[in-house]
Amino acid sequence: MNRYAALMQLTLARFREFYREPAAVFWVYGFPLILAVALGVAFRERPVERIRIDIANDGSGGTALAEAWKLRLATDKKLEVTLHDRETCQKRFRTAKTDLVVTPVSVDGKSVPVPEYLSEPNRPESVLALGAVEVALIRSDHPEIPIPKVSTIEEPGGRYIDFLIPGLIGINLMGGGLFGIGFVIVDMRVRKLLKRFLATPMRKSDFLISLMLSRLLFMTIEMIFLVTFAYFAFGVKIQGNPIAYAAMILLGGMAFAGIGLLLACRAKTIETVSGMMNAVMLPMYVVSGVFFASDRFPEIVQPIIKALPLTALIDALRAIANEGAGFAEVALPAATLAAWGIMSFTLAMRWFRWN
Amino acid sequence: MTLAIRCRDLVKTYPGKPPVEAVRGLDIDVAVGECFGLLGPNGAGKTTTLEIVEGLLDATSGDVEVLGLKWKTDATAIRSRIGISLQETKLADKLTVRETVVLFRSFYPNGRTPDAAIAAVSLEEKANSYVVKLSGGQRQRLAVACALVGEPELLFLDEPTTGLDPQSRRQLWDVIREFKNMGRTVVLTTHYMDEAERLCDRVAVIDQGKVISLGTPAELINRLGGEHVLEFAVQEADRAKLKLESLKRLPSVSNATEQAGEWVLALSEPHVTIPALMDHLRSIPVRLAKLTTRSATLEDVFVTLTGRHLRDGDSQL
Repeated sequence: MNRYAALMQLTLARFREFYREPAAVFWVYGFPLILAVALGVAFRERPVERIRIDIANDGSGGTALAEAWKLRLATDKKLEVTLHDRETCQKRFRTAKTDLVVTPVSVDGKSVPVPEYLSEPNRPESVLALGAVEVALIRSDHPEIPIPKVSTIEEPGGRYIDFLIPGLIGINLMGGGLFGIGFVIVDMRVRKLLKRFLATPMRKSDFLISLMLSRLLFMTIEMIFLVTFAYFAFGVKIQGNPIAYAAMILLGGMAFAGIGLLLACRAKTIETVSGMMNAVMLPMYVVSGVFFASDRFPEIVQPIIKALPLTALIDALRAIANEGAGFAEVALPAATLAAWGIMSFTLAMRWFRWN
Repeated sequence: MTLAIRCRDLVKTYPGKPPVEAVRGLDIDVAVGECFGLLGPNGAGKTTTLEIVEGLLDATSGDVEVLGLKWKTDATAIRSRIGISLQETKLADKLTVRETVVLFRSFYPNGRTPDAAIAAVSLEEKANSYVVKLSGGQRQRLAVACALVGEPELLFLDEPTTGLDPQSRRQLWDVIREFKNMGRTVVLTTHYMDEAERLCDRVAVIDQGKVISLGTPAELINRLGGEHVLEFAVQEADRAKLKLESLKRLPSVSNATEQAGEWVLALSEPHVTIPALMDHLRSIPVRLAKLTTRSATLEDVFVTLTGRHLRDGDSQL
C-alpha cells in the first residue's frame, strides 16, 4: 500500500462521518451564521431616529401648557411627543413605551413653568432623551443660538459588528477545535475503536495527523463561510493584511485542536471530556472579549486574560481587521497561540492513551 | 511443531486495593494451523490473556512470543501478520461496510482486496450499507472482515459469537473454518461449549487466571472418566436418604455431584450403571422423580473441574 493510503483513508473517514451527520453540519456551519445574523442585527448601530417623549397634560400647567410645550419640542425633529395623563405616562415609562416623562409645573414666584422629569439614569435612551429635551427647550427660548455642524464617522471597523465577527471566529475555532478533536477521540476510545486501530500496523502519527487534517479542512470551509457572510451581509472588511488574518485563524485553529487533543488524551468517558471542555471554554467565553472588550476586567487580571489563547486570537484578529495591523503588530499574540499549541501537542503526545 | 504462540508464566496484576490478579502464571503453546480455544467464565482472565498476546496490554511478567517474534522489538511486524476482532468494538456508524474494510486495508502493507474480505464473510449485499444499519451478526462478520483484510497468518477472535442468534453463529463458524482450512492459526475465546467443541482442535480451560485443563475437547471429556452423563432427581421427601458416597460406588461411575437438587453422574457404561442405580434406589427406598442421560460436554468438564457452571454470573446474557 501507498505510504499515504492510510492517512488519506483516515482523513476521508473523518470527513464522511462528519458530513453524513446533518445535525453536526448544522451546528458547525449553520449555527455560527445564525448567531452572527442575530447579534449583528440586534446590535446594528443605526443613528438614533426618534426619541419618545411623554408630556403629562394633568400637571399644574394643564392641557394648554402641555400642548404649548409639545410645540416647543417640535424644533427637534427626532423628538416624538405624545400627551397623556400623569398616571398613563408613568405606566408607559415603566414599560419602556416612552423614554422620558415631562411634566410642566408652574412654580410660585417664577414667571415660567419649570419642567419636572421622570427619568432612569441606567437607561441610556432615557438619559439621551433628557438631554435632548433640555436642549430643545433652551433653543425654543433662544432661537438666536446657532445650530452647530455635526459630522459623523461612518467608516467600517468601528461598528459593533466589526468588533463581533473576530469574536465569533474565535469562539468557533475554540469550539471546533475542542469538540472536533476532543469529542471525536473520546468517542472512539469509548467505542474501543482506538484500541482496534492500535491492534493494526497503522502508524499512530497517521491517525493524529488525519484528525488535524480533517479539522483543518472543516475549519477552512467554516471560516470562508463566516468571513464571506460577514462581508456580504454587514460589509465587515479586513483592513490589514489578509494573509496575516488567515495565518492567525490557522494558528488559532491548530492551538485549539492541540488543546482538544490534550483534554481527550486520557479521558475515558464522554461525560469527563465534556466537563473538561466546558471548564476550559466557559472562562474564556466570559473573559476573552468575545462580545465586549476584555479590558473592562480589572487591571490586575489583565496579564492572565492576555495569556489565554482565545484572547490572543481575538485581539490579533481585531487588530488586523479593524486597526489595519500586519504580521509585525500581532507577533505577541501569535507567539502566545503557538506556545499554547506546541505545549498542548507535546503533552498530549506524551500522555495519550489508546485503550 | 512450529509454534504460532508461546506464552510462559504469564502474569497480569491490575493495580488497586486490593490488586486484581487477572492472570496468574499461565503457559500456552499454540501450533501453527490449529484452532485454539480459551474457555472459561467471565472474569476468568481470557480476554486479559488474549490482549497480552495481541500486544494490546503489557504483561506484569512472563514471556510472550507471537510467530516467533517479541512485542518489545517487533511490534509492527507482528501487527501486520495478525488479525484481531475485539470483544464489542463499535465501528464507525456512518461509514459503509466497504469504506470500513477499505480503511482497515489501508493500514496493512499486504492483504486481500476489500471486496474479497467482504465476500469471505458473505456481506457482499451489504457492502454499501452504513454500519449502523447492520444486524448484530452482520456487524460481527464485518469485524472479522476487518481482521481478515490484512491476510493474517494468525487470527484472534474474542467471543466472536456472544449474543448472536444461532444462524449468525453458524455463518461465523463457517468463516472461521474456511480460514483454518487455509492452514492458518486461530485463537478464540468463548464461553459457549458447543462452539469450542465444533471449532477448536485444542482448548485450554481457564479459571481464576490459570489453565486448569488443556487438551482436545474429546480428551477433556474422556478425562471426566466417562463420556456419558446421567442426571436424576428423587421425590422431595426422599432427598435426605440418598448419599453421594454410595452413588460414587456404583459400577462404571467415575464421578458424582449434586447440583441444584439433582444428582449428576459421570459414567462410561449406561447399560451397566442404570440397573444398578435402580436397585440401589429401591433398596433404600427412594422414589424417582426424573431421570435423563446424555453425552458429556465441555460444560460437564468445567463443572467437574471447578464446581461451577461456565455461565455463572454472566452479566451479558
